Amino acid sequence: MAPGDGAGRHTEERVNYTFDFGAILQHSDLLLDGAWTTLVLAFWATISGFLMGTLCAVGATSGPRWLRAILIGYVEVARNTPLLIQSYFLIFGLASAGVRLPIMVGAVIALVVNVTAYTAEVMRAGIESVRKGQLEAAECLGLSRFQIFMNIILRPAMERVYPSLASLFVLLMLGSSVLSAVGVEELFGTSNRVQSLTYRNFETFIVLGGFYLALTVLMRFVFWALGLVLFPRQRKLGTAL
Amino acid sequence: MSPIVEMRELRKSFGAVDVLKGVTFDVERGQVAAIIGQSGSGKSTALRCIDHLEKINGGELTVCGHALHTDKPDLAALRKDVGIVFQGYNLFPHLTVGQNITMAPKLVHRRSRKEADEIGREMIAKVGLADRWDYYPEQLSGGQQQRVAIARSLAMQPKLMLFDEVTSALDPKLTGEVLRVMEKLASEGMTMILVTHEMQFARNVADKVIYMRDGRVHEMGGPEILSQPSTPELADFVNEEF
Repeated sequence: MAPGDGAGRHTEERVNYTFDFGAILQHSDLLLDGAWTTLVLAFWATISGFLMGTLCAVGATSGPRWLRAILIGYVEVARNTPLLIQSYFLIFGLASAGVRLPIMVGAVIALVVNVTAYTAEVMRAGIESVRKGQLEAAECLGLSRFQIFMNIILRPAMERVYPSLASLFVLLMLGSSVLSAVGVEELFGTSNRVQSLTYRNFETFIVLGGFYLALTVLMRFVFWALGLVLFPRQRKLGTAL
Repeated sequence: MSPIVEMRELRKSFGAVDVLKGVTFDVERGQVAAIIGQSGSGKSTALRCIDHLEKINGGELTVCGHALHTDKPDLAALRKDVGIVFQGYNLFPHLTVGQNITMAPKLVHRRSRKEADEIGREMIAKVGLADRWDYYPEQLSGGQQQRVAIARSLAMQPKLMLFDEVTSALDPKLTGEVLRVMEKLASEGMTMILVTHEMQFARNVADKVIYMRDGRVHEMGGPEILSQPSTPELADFVNEEF
């Protein structure tokens, strides 16, 4: 039925939409580039977010009072402001003050500032879940404070909060799409370009969703495999600590 | 030779509450001392002071030659000489039995993996759980976990072993298997101080019985004081416990 056939025209137009993925796939190299950038962002933000978040959690649980105050302040500010504003601040805000960060560097810093705060909260909960008796036992065996932290606190704490951490890092990857607003050519940003090149919005969104889904599955798989290596107890018993 | 533990007028308070009000006793090398008394009498606190889990507020305490009443006691040296077993076992849940036992010898005594394993296997056999080496704590019964905790302390080859109500969380059958391990240790000449409610065990195994009441040593002597107490308070206590 051709458009313009009288009554019901509006409905029929919607039904008549013909999908054309070919146009999108012609630009698949663009989308793959974007997906790669998203992965790179997620990778660096996960690694540094985990390391720095853990350090923050240590400082916030056993540091001197002034350090605790600073860290808790940072965690609250970073968790209660949008990532978009944080990245604007770091890239455009600092630029007007004369500090020009390359966009990718600013974007990674913004992500790290954001995810470190969340990681710190999750790790703090894990650290506080280690019972006092465990620490006493380790202390009485003669372990140093550092040895106790590495062997008796950190490992079980991580094992307990690992599922939350993994979800956190997947959310971070999905959330990194807002960085397209500051000009990062990540997956969402490149999909916008594909849209304007092809005028195929619907198809672009479908393909984009598929890409994000694939990235999520990939990340979940990596975290699952890493968990098997890191936590032999769980691998053997299949129970949560 | 000087005693392994010399406690003189030891005082300890938690805030405004005086828990130890001047406790004095000695434990000689090779002796088994049982500290008994009601809940709240300060017996666990006295034991915890010996391993410096509680900082003392007054008096003098020397353990294996290390003075603990000084400003900066040498805790690293103290902990190499003293082992302690707790009521709640406190095994490390994320490590296997073998890893629980060999961790401290590796990290603190800097032993090679092979050496640590040898010592560990010897100790796990001593407590009768050689076949549980690769198990995780949650796969063991309470009595077995407590025996692993004993093996873990023994692997550090301490000169003095402290036992803080180690059978209080166990049913009578499991209590028996833990007490048998402790009896064996005593017969091998280990110096032991135990806080316990097991009067039968204290009478059979202890060389010295210390009855604490209200933050002080109320009566002290050989195990015969449990049959012929000289104070009415100990007589009452013994009657209730047996």
